[in-house]
Amino acid sequence: MESNLFERNRRDFMLFAGLALLVAIIFLTQGSVYSLRMLVEAGCYAMIALGLTIQWGYAGLFNVGVMGFIAAGAASSVLITFPTNPDFWNSNGPQLVGMFLVKLAFSAILLWLANISGRFGVGRRLRGLLIVIAIAVAYLVLSAHMTTMAAQIEANSGWIGGLGLPVLVGWIVAGVVAGVIAWFVGKICLGLRSDYLAIATLGIAQIIKHFLKNADWLTRGTLTVSPLPWPVETPSGGEFIMARASYLSLVAIAVVIIYLLLERAYNAPWGRMMRAIRDNETAAEAMGKNVTSRRIEIFVLGSVLMGFSGAMLIHFASIYDPSGFLDLNHTFLIWVMVILGGSGNNRGAIFGAVFVYIVWVMSEPVTLALFDVIRTYGVAWFDWEPPSDFNSRALQMRVFVIGLTITLVLRFAPRGLLPERQARH
Amino acid sequence: MNDLVFFINKGLLSGMIIGSIYAMGAIGVTMIFGILRFAHFAHGDMMTLGAFVTLIIAALLASAGVVLPFPIAFAAIIPAMAVTAVLAIGLDKVFYKPLRNAGARPVVLVMASVGVTLMLQGLIRLFAGVRARDMFIDQPKDIFQIPFPGASRAVILTEPQIVLIGFTVIAVLALHLFLTRSRLGKAMRAVSDNPELARITGINTNHVVWATWIIGGGLACAAGSLLSMDVTLKPDLSFNILLPIFAATIVGGIGQPYGAIAGGFLVGFCETLAVFNWSVLLRPIQDSLWFELPRNMALVPTEYKLMVPFLILIIVLIYRPTGIFRGRVL
Amino acid sequence: MSLLKISNLHAGYGQMSILKGVDMTLEEGEIGVIVGPNGAGKSTTLKAIFGMLNITEGSIEFDGEDITGIRSEELASHRIAFVPQENNVFHTLTVHENLEMGAYIRRDDFSRVMDHVYEIFPPLKEKRRQPAGELSGGQRQMVAFGRALMIEPKLILLDEPTAGLSPMFMSQIFDRVIAINKTGVTVAMVEQNAKQALAIAHKGFVLANGANSFTDTGRNLLENPEVAKSFLGG
Repeated sequence: MESNLFERNRRDFMLFAGLALLVAIIFLTQGSVYSLRMLVEAGCYAMIALGLTIQWGYAGLFNVGVMGFIAAGAASSVLITFPTNPDFWNSNGPQLVGMFLVKLAFSAILLWLANISGRFGVGRRLRGLLIVIAIAVAYLVLSAHMTTMAAQIEANSGWIGGLGLPVLVGWIVAGVVAGVIAWFVGKICLGLRSDYLAIATLGIAQIIKHFLKNADWLTRGTLTVSPLPWPVETPSGGEFIMARASYLSLVAIAVVIIYLLLERAYNAPWGRMMRAIRDNETAAEAMGKNVTSRRIEIFVLGSVLMGFSGAMLIHFASIYDPSGFLDLNHTFLIWVMVILGGSGNNRGAIFGAVFVYIVWVMSEPVTLALFDVIRTYGVAWFDWEPPSDFNSRALQMRVFVIGLTITLVLRFAPRGLLPERQARH
Repeated sequence: MNDLVFFINKGLLSGMIIGSIYAMGAIGVTMIFGILRFAHFAHGDMMTLGAFVTLIIAALLASAGVVLPFPIAFAAIIPAMAVTAVLAIGLDKVFYKPLRNAGARPVVLVMASVGVTLMLQGLIRLFAGVRARDMFIDQPKDIFQIPFPGASRAVILTEPQIVLIGFTVIAVLALHLFLTRSRLGKAMRAVSDNPELARITGINTNHVVWATWIIGGGLACAAGSLLSMDVTLKPDLSFNILLPIFAATIVGGIGQPYGAIAGGFLVGFCETLAVFNWSVLLRPIQDSLWFELPRNMALVPTEYKLMVPFLILIIVLIYRPTGIFRGRVL
Repeated sequence: MSLLKISNLHAGYGQMSILKGVDMTLEEGEIGVIVGPNGAGKSTTLKAIFGMLNITEGSIEFDGEDITGIRSEELASHRIAFVPQENNVFHTLTVHENLEMGAYIRRDDFSRVMDHVYEIFPPLKEKRRQPAGELSGGQRQMVAFGRALMIEPKLILLDEPTAGLSPMFMSQIFDRVIAINKTGVTVAMVEQNAKQALAIAHKGFVLANGANSFTDTGRNLLENPEVAKSFLGG
């Protein structure tokens, strides 16, 4: 039985053993403080990758806006957990925000009424008109309110500050917010072809980032917020190893729990149905499965994971900076992790995340060293005058490599290093 | 009257300029979508690539001592379009065709195009850096001031803008003739309409695919170059221009080149009119208004410009996924 | 020499085999009709001719040439035309353009053939500038036939040409098939309406479970009590 288990998962054992060796080498050469940071971040990426692998691997949904969900989650968590800003609470700010929420709720109801007006015998044309009017009115009211609210809050108290709640609450809210955004996106796009989801998620990610960068009143915009609270002792006293190690254990526990839950779900009827839909949509539809709502479920679930883990990642960095959310680091890097690791395989996603993250972190000094050699020889042999921004250009090589990896994996190893195990019947 | 001129300059003309750019991008995207059946995410970087090819050719011509009565960059566009078209076919051959032949799902091709866009981005920035460049290589660009009756301000058009508008008109006409008159153009429409039947009929799919990339790549190059001439050449178009182009494509209906043109202008005008400060136009009639005019009456703050194409996209997806020209719902 | 000779054909999608030994021979100028219950492999046999499925055994010969596993885009160059059951016209192209696309592989002057098609299907001439998608079901079928005729095929493959048409159109379609056949084109046709189809057939092939169960002339099959009992419904 034992050997059988080993035989069956030989590839997994080998790869993970290799990975452990790599981590050990990094610990020995780079020191614990550095390596612990890397592992924590890799762990957070692993959870994000798990979120993506259920969207892509289980259900075949192409999400190009992972960054947006991470950013939305991180910003919400900042708002929940950061200490309160007394200036804000002593000003007229809370009323303004309260009014905004009331108006938002009213607009939502208005729009909803317009949308279902068809049921009350309103004709198609008229319904369309009502919807347009509802959108226009809601937009004008909300944007006017937002403009004054932003100006007043910024003038009186800088920003609204946090709520000072426990960090875990913040992370959970992060997941919820990301999930709610995903629900809206999914509701609109998932009945249509997968390309539309890709386009819409790309758009929503850019917009979330734009909004966060400019919303000074809400999250200080590009002024950044720090230090973010940790659920464990922070390294403020200089105890880096202890602090990071305890954060790492939290991340590790979260990874294990999420992994176990996802494995269960994968083998449960729910997971089988998802795969059935992915592999043959028409057949699944013919069998009476509601394909669209199943897809929304899994899209929301994946995005919840992204928001949650994104918040963990940003809290660990201890600084919230909306300019720091990049498509490359927070969307495409994760794509590489998932497809290289093996989409649809949770262990593959975890392996891919940790491995790719290590390579990614290491690639910066390696690239710079490599290009330094090029520069040295270029200057010496060809009288070449390197451009002044040579180093920042050199790092663009990594963008190229990410792109190349995606295309190569898709072409030559579409199933990744740890392919999805085919369920046995 | 000056306010009206301001409106023409900042509202109508800018809308038309950016609309032409979007339209030319969207034609390519819609044809690739219609014929190869995937959303081509590398289109934005293909535009940047095209602009750089134009710059390189212009620089080569200039260093070869070529002197023309107009800026060399304009002359460089035509060969650059050809080069970009060839590059586009090359990209297809290396990265997309093998996947197509292996029967990959369309979404895998979308992902491959994301990979391609990252590769292009990386290479362009590696070799050219991220600083802004002047496409005119030290030649001044002509600015035309067209006096407007009754106003002291003039309607302002720059040389590249005029070329852009002229080019768009010619490109649209040429495309129309090509699609309705030529054998290959009709074959492209046939493949876009029903690929299965087209194969049975014996239409050479390879030729059609090439033609698609030639049109898509050529127009992307022209749009990228002319946009860079209007402002400056910076390799940061990619995702920011992709969203309005996709919005234009979907608004116009997938696989509908005329829809893409209409969609491009629609998105362009919506974008500029949404960020236009309407209080400028209302100021002359302030006295007859019942409310105090705010200083800024733009519908959307400029920093949220990207919201406009996104909202258009969302509204179309919700209420009319086929687009205004009844494209295919894929 | 037979024009089309299918021998012992085994084929399927992926691992699933559907055809388990189909034999079929058609001489030049004949009408061959394939009938059989649902799922017997009728349409599959047509599709197997041009490589839409995996051929595991057997061979297909056309005009003395081995065309086993030919790809669908090569059909036209062998002068074989195929009219699918559904989506058999280019909806957004005009009728005229549909016919032009039918002649895509021809680089010679095909105006004579085009005139001929308009002669057989007069309604098409009237509507030549209209998008084919706007025509009625029967007229669309004419466009599909016309498109197929543009290469002046030696063999035309029809997949349930009368499916979804009213009985009046049905007999019109059969008349057209006979007319096309009279001009020397060999026809291989899959049909649900077995009785009418066998009535015009030189040869009939009754398939069951992916193999021939009866092969004879159309008339003999119609008169064969066993065929009638097991398949034609008495």
